[in-house]
Amino acid sequence: MRVLLPVLLALFLSGAVLLVLGKNPVAYYDDVLTRGLFNWGGLQATITRMSPLLLIAAGLVVSFQAGIWNLGIDGQFLLAAVATAALTPVLVGIMPWGIAISVSLIVAFVVGAAWSVIPAFLKANYGINEIITSLMSSFLGTSLASVLVKIPFRDPTTSVPQTLVLPVADRLPRLFGSTIHSGILIAIAAVLLVHVLMTRTAFGLKLRIVGANPRAGAHAGLNVAKLTFATFALSAGLAGLAGGVEILGVQGTMRADWNPAYGLLVVPLVFLARFHAVGIIGFTLFFAVLMIGGESASRRVGVPQYFVPLLVGMLLLFLALVDFLDHRRRRLMKA
Amino acid sequence: MAAMIEQTLALLDDRPLATTAGGRPVIELRGITKRFPGVVANDRVTLDIFAGEIHVLLGENGAGKSTLIDFLAGLQQPDAGTISVHGRSVEIGSPAESLALGIGTVFQHVQLVTSLTVLENLMLGGSSWRLLRRQPAIERFRELSDLLGVTIDPDVPVGRLALGEQQQVEIMHALWRGERVLILDEPTSMLTPQGVHHLGEVMKRLRDKGVAIIFITHKLREACDLGDRISALRLGRLVGQIDKTELATMTEQQITDRVVDLMFGKEPSDHAARLALDNQNARPDPNRIDRNAPPLFQLRGVATAAQPGECAVHDISFDLWPGEVLGIAGVDGNGQKHLAEVLAGQRTAVAGSILLGGADVTQGGVADRRREGISYITDERHGEGTVATFSVATNLVAKEIGTPPLWWGGISLWNRIHRHAREQIQRHDIRTASERTAIGKLSGGNIQKVLLARELTDRAALVVFNKPTNGLDLQNTQLARERIVEGAARGVAMIVISNELDELAAVGDRIGVMFRGRLTGIVANDDNANRRISLLMTGAGA
Repeated sequence: MRVLLPVLLALFLSGAVLLVLGKNPVAYYDDVLTRGLFNWGGLQATITRMSPLLLIAAGLVVSFQAGIWNLGIDGQFLLAAVATAALTPVLVGIMPWGIAISVSLIVAFVVGAAWSVIPAFLKANYGINEIITSLMSSFLGTSLASVLVKIPFRDPTTSVPQTLVLPVADRLPRLFGSTIHSGILIAIAAVLLVHVLMTRTAFGLKLRIVGANPRAGAHAGLNVAKLTFATFALSAGLAGLAGGVEILGVQGTMRADWNPAYGLLVVPLVFLARFHAVGIIGFTLFFAVLMIGGESASRRVGVPQYFVPLLVGMLLLFLALVDFLDHRRRRLMKA
Repeated sequence: MAAMIEQTLALLDDRPLATTAGGRPVIELRGITKRFPGVVANDRVTLDIFAGEIHVLLGENGAGKSTLIDFLAGLQQPDAGTISVHGRSVEIGSPAESLALGIGTVFQHVQLVTSLTVLENLMLGGSSWRLLRRQPAIERFRELSDLLGVTIDPDVPVGRLALGEQQQVEIMHALWRGERVLILDEPTSMLTPQGVHHLGEVMKRLRDKGVAIIFITHKLREACDLGDRISALRLGRLVGQIDKTELATMTEQQITDRVVDLMFGKEPSDHAARLALDNQNARPDPNRIDRNAPPLFQLRGVATAAQPGECAVHDISFDLWPGEVLGIAGVDGNGQKHLAEVLAGQRTAVAGSILLGGADVTQGGVADRRREGISYITDERHGEGTVATFSVATNLVAKEIGTPPLWWGGISLWNRIHRHAREQIQRHDIRTASERTAIGKLSGGNIQKVLLARELTDRAALVVFNKPTNGLDLQNTQLARERIVEGAARGVAMIVISNELDELAAVGDRIGVMFRGRLTGIVANDDNANRRISLLMTGAGA
């Protein structure tokens, strides 16, 4: 009920917008579903899209549970993507493929994590609000990634600024003859591992205590500064891994103007799923369907691409609203 | 503002100047009932509040005092029953309506904006669209200053005032829109003995001017000293009242006996608490500690560094013998918090050394101190002692995370953690639905039991208590004190920080006094102790 009602409300209101535009909402929704879910090609694209979203979500679960707002996802994601795109074509030439890919993914994780050191340092040592610093570092990271593609890592043989292209044969292997690359396995493993980490280990419990009440953490003798660094490293590292996987699995190269901006989209998903692994996989699937199906449906029905973000925004709004009302109703019932 | 004050003054002229119990009550509560799921907070409470009387409300935690006050302050509404002010039935829907009726409430913790001046604080709460006008406000301020008999500079920021003065400003704020009824919710818990005395004077002065005062306290002595009428609540019911004429004929001992009977009923299980209350003035045997033996614990010139708004400690030195209880007295905010934290390893010492059994333990954090046998029971049960949304079980092990046998290589063994919690719940009589219940749902007394269970382990050689009975009712207070005395009898050294001298006198072998971050003296706990401590607390004896 808490999930279904807002979905229906969002679909209804967005449908009304379509009607006002003189388009047929039923055709549009039908298209979203067929293209995103009930059509083999669409389903493959949807699942492929889930990989980066899931990896980012796994990272955000760590940071939000630890009470840290790492909003620098996009910068961390893109810088790791540049590093992977620049490094892998070189590495595959000088070492066995398996090792080259593993090294690239590790580098992606490390680069992502490295881009969070400044906000982590400012937060841990001076208590400076990480929302501001991580967001700012994200702007810097996005621009820096573009500069890196244009100047040091540019493939001189192309007219558009982009890095060397990784041959299709050297990318992440496809699963069972589909177009879905094996990054989805890494992503699902990451979500599950993070779930186990947060619920079943001493480290996860420490992070959650600091997240729920930092003063209680300090009182219990937890090293809050160290945990802050660890949280940022894990969260940003997973965002970096998402960038690396997207390059190795889908893009094969990085163009200077490429920025899918998944970061802020995943933030509300993580909250709506209440940090729960299964919920996150479910919500990510749902959103991937909307994104993939919506892109093609918009083209076919003849509404601008912007209609997808509108639908997504509407959905988030209603999910939050229904959640809030439900929460208040329960509190009133208790009082 | 001027219009409002005129209105107020006009109302005051109507006020019956009755100061006898025979006059018509200012506030009549009739059949007030309030239910929460599973609890009846107030059960048909009928109470009269008279002008010119200090009406003491006594009761255990959870007896329904706070709920009753919330109705008058407009913070909650009763399910049934009526409230009449000056014979007119009213519904008090919000704090603003309460103030407009001339009912002012001073809560336990100061609720002023410390960066604003006294006058600005007093002017808060007027209509938001009207300009603030200084002149009428100053007039009203002078009027109330005369009424209270206090002198405070209206243009000084509240943060620069002492706590006692801040409380006087709170009282002015409560009376700002008409001085009919003043509610004081445990006002003495933050004050020095002198501050308590001064507050008593102010209360009597206001009473003599015809203000009705509702005074909530846990302390029987204050009730006896100041009360014109005492009402006792138990489990939401009004269980008895002693009125003015009756009080006049009784000795203090008789009043105490009566009140204790009312508050606890006459069930045998409550007998212990009563007996303990009777023995409250007994002091520990002065020859209990063998001071020829080497001390267990030594502090040598310990100092800490302060953040803005905190009080650091300077040059703290003392010795502590096994089984000794050292009380630390002092007005809040004189460095007690830093002392406790530096002992617990929660704060680093910038100078000096800490020796335990002769070994230097100055370096090292909370985990190291716990391994060495030093534990700390914080005064901030909610703020830092526990994570409210986490289970009782998790909170019980919050200081042991990652260590065997409850963790294995960093993996949480939740079965063992929950079993451990069930044992502790049983052993320490913690009242909770289960070990998985969020600790924030427990009462203050039960949360304190969780902290006691967590800190008073078999390993503990030195335990630091910061205000161990703050906010607890008499039974839980007694329990916490018993734990201190039991521990000391087993040879555990105890440091008890408190601002209640009675408590320190009851458990302390020696009592040290903190003033402005320094330990200004340590006195033996004898019959002269109270006077010397009072002097030291204000810096006079330093």
